Amino acid sequence: MSEITKEILDRMIDGRSSWEELVAVMRADKEPDRFAKYREVLQERATWRDRILLPIALHLCIVQKDDGARVVKCDCGHEFGDYRRNWKLSARVRVRNTKAGIDELYPHPMGCNPEWMELREYFCPGCYTQLDVEAVPPGYPVVFNFLPDLEAFYAEWLGEKI
Amino acid sequence: MDMKSKPPVGWNGTTLKEMLAASERRFADTGHYQGLAELPIADRKPLLFERLHLKLRGALVSAREVARNISASPIVKELGELCFTVFTPEGDSVTLSTGIIVHVHTMSDVVKFMIRNDFEDDPGFAPGDIFCNNDVLAGNVHNCDIHTIIPFFWEGELVSWIAGVTHVPDVGARTPGSSPVGPMSTYDQGLTIPPQKIGENDRVFRAFRDMYKRTSRTPLLLELDEKTRLAGCVMIRQAIENLIREEGIDTYKQFMREAIEQGRRSFIRRVKRMLVPGRYRVPSFCDVPWENERGHLPQAAVNTLMNAPLEFTVNSDGTMKTTLDGASAWGFHTMNCSPSALQGGMWVMMCQSLADAESINDGAYFAMDQHFPRGSWTNPDNPEAGTAHAWHFLWSGLNGLFRFLSHGYHARGFIEEVVAGYGTTTNILYGSGLNMFGEPFAATNMEMTGAGLGARGCRDGLDCSYAMWNPESDIGDIETSWELWEPMLYLGRTVKPNTGGAGKYRGGNALESVRLVWKSQQAVFQHVGHGMVHVNCGLFGGYPSNTGYRRSAHDTDAFELIAKQAPLPTNDHDPEHSQVETMIKGRHIVDDNALTLPEPYSDGDLYVSVIQGGPGLGDPLEREPAAVVKDLAEGHLLPRFAERLYGVIAVQGPDGAWHVDVQATAARRAALRRARAEESVPVAQWLATETPRVQNGELPPWVRRMYQESIRLSTDWGGEFKAFWGIADGSAVYEPAAKK
Ligand SMILES: [Zn+2]
Repeated sequence: MSEITKEILDRMIDGRSSWEELVAVMRADKEPDRFAKYREVLQERATWRDRILLPIALHLCIVQKDDGARVVKCDCGHEFGDYRRNWKLSARVRVRNTKAGIDELYPHPMGCNPEWMELREYFCPGCYTQLDVEAVPPGYPVVFNFLPDLEAFYAEWLGEKI
Repeated sequence: MDMKSKPPVGWNGTTLKEMLAASERRFADTGHYQGLAELPIADRKPLLFERLHLKLRGALVSAREVARNISASPIVKELGELCFTVFTPEGDSVTLSTGIIVHVHTMSDVVKFMIRNDFEDDPGFAPGDIFCNNDVLAGNVHNCDIHTIIPFFWEGELVSWIAGVTHVPDVGARTPGSSPVGPMSTYDQGLTIPPQKIGENDRVFRAFRDMYKRTSRTPLLLELDEKTRLAGCVMIRQAIENLIREEGIDTYKQFMREAIEQGRRSFIRRVKRMLVPGRYRVPSFCDVPWENERGHLPQAAVNTLMNAPLEFTVNSDGTMKTTLDGASAWGFHTMNCSPSALQGGMWVMMCQSLADAESINDGAYFAMDQHFPRGSWTNPDNPEAGTAHAWHFLWSGLNGLFRFLSHGYHARGFIEEVVAGYGTTTNILYGSGLNMFGEPFAATNMEMTGAGLGARGCRDGLDCSYAMWNPESDIGDIETSWELWEPMLYLGRTVKPNTGGAGKYRGGNALESVRLVWKSQQAVFQHVGHGMVHVNCGLFGGYPSNTGYRRSAHDTDAFELIAKQAPLPTNDHDPEHSQVETMIKGRHIVDDNALTLPEPYSDGDLYVSVIQGGPGLGDPLEREPAAVVKDLAEGHLLPRFAERLYGVIAVQGPDGAWHVDVQATAARRAALRRARAEESVPVAQWLATETPRVQNGELPPWVRRMYQESIRLSTDWGGEFKAFWGIADGSAVYEPAAKK
């Protein structure tokens, strides 16, 4: 594959790539400028103007606000606050911890036993997209999936000013 | 010491122990393997480096492909459960064949164990010697993986170690199978071979062969596997001799060291190219629901919930730290792990994804720092802890590794590499007794390698085709692999709908099989899976895959149906409307106890084996309705779940084809989103009601015990748990449980 273009990335994000195209991308060398291209694609697709610093999940990016704050932001524009605090603590949650709730998702008995595990569905308060599902025993602290070291990433790995 | 030492066999008149110590010192001092700041061959003569690498790797791969034909075990011959590797004298892996590459690291630990424990003096290392190990305390995942290790000498110096491993079908434990589930400790889990010399002049001692053959239920298969391993090692030895004649001994020695330092650097380059520095938390869990299982001693008859709070830190220099701080305690079962097994397990996953697969070796290991807390299931502080089925906890405990990598890949835009995780290769069917030929048999049915891969970053997961521990594996032919060994006929082997987790991209679905017990004079069979918890987790809003379940039918009318040429169930399909239950009369057993002891079966009984799918990725409401309809048409999804999971209203035409009702689907999806708004609460509000419940320990006893164990054994995790819920130190509910 000669170049992985922004058009190809756009198709991949939408799940529209052909299998042949995807295989070619998988086989190609991992190009050093992928992040720059990808961030441009995401920035062009965004409905808001804040500068994207890092995508941390599907629909969620850390963005730079004008006042210098770095916050987790949903595609819909909802902001979850400082990225160093787990965004899930500012989300909405529906907990499936009954047999009926779990059997809605899995033919019985192909789902978990609620005495051992519950499913926590985290929604964006702005658009109600399901952003994360935790499968954890009751009483498990909310999991902080990913806390990036933004400073080191930009300064030492990308060699860019954040 | 007045012991008379043998002359050293290391390089330049040193002992191997001195070589190992010097190697470790150089790495600690410089951060480079063997202190190699420069790589004269790799950097200045890249073609020579590549030629050496390819010749050596080619020799390993071809030895594996030839030697596997000696084996009579379908596990080796068809599934490819074997692997060969070459080590430096210090025991660091230079390069490896394809296959169960988890053992590249475990056998490295075995070589180092022999060096540290003065095997150089007793029994000594000489050309033609053969060594063997299957002991987890020295380096292994579980005792059915048997290692053959031979030293390679050139002009009086031990220049390399050559090693091979096969996964044997039975280890003579209290219960049958390769990875027995039923023994409760080291002392009833069968064959233990601590590192030892088992032969000279390329011949295995008769006493050793008699010993393991008398122990296993499958003596001939073990013997042929042993010949497989030794033959492969000898083939590789010949290839290295040729290589040294062509390229020179000094070049070969330098190449081995450079290859490892190159592997380390290449791993760090990949980390910096594909991940993001920071902290990643990817816990998983596993259940051992044995409180009501008769047939266990009291210390084993408990409900155990395993906590694997896996955490990775990617440092700014591209190295990586892994911790399982907070892991729950080891227990009286065979699912505990050694650090060696965990390192091997992580390693096997890293080289399927992050590391450069062609140049993978112990270099990657040198770029990772690991912590496995003593006393936990990850590092038992008692040699009694059983490990014969360590994979049960490894499969579940390491599932998060792909979630960690995928967060990094996604952040960097490498979404083609993103994968939500995998289905664990369960259910496993174990059995023993007398087969259709009236002969003793022991079965480990490894069609469970037909698990589902998790959903990927821009595509569904692979159906029925992924085993984390051997990505090239094969489910084995029904007629030539399994029906020849097991007194059970296949009524069917099909895709099981709804096994893959739902999501924008769904997890790959898995297989299910229906078996009919046939011409067995006496037989027991067992279910080994996860029935209580999801051992994987969806990514970015996708759901975990299915849990396992047990279904069997006893005292049935199956043979009457066959005599009448009436239809038979070929699958269980929808367990809420079971085909087996509908079509077969008899005593039916169905429940979520997917981890049983061996139970008696008679001719005409049915056994259903449901394997696990992969987890999903992304919000299921974002799945293309056309993809949902395709799943319905292909039997990947039970129709009532199209609406429940995906909000897709599909209608079936008179020709049986499914179509999307576009308007109804849009309305249903909007309604499901509204239901999310109505049925959810802000997390802060949920925590306010949850906190007193956790503070007061209003949790099922096995859940509370898991937290008690994790708090007792951890340095940091327990403190964070208590801080999260506002639990005071000394709280009676979480008072550390008495030490075993
Ligand atoms: Zn949103």
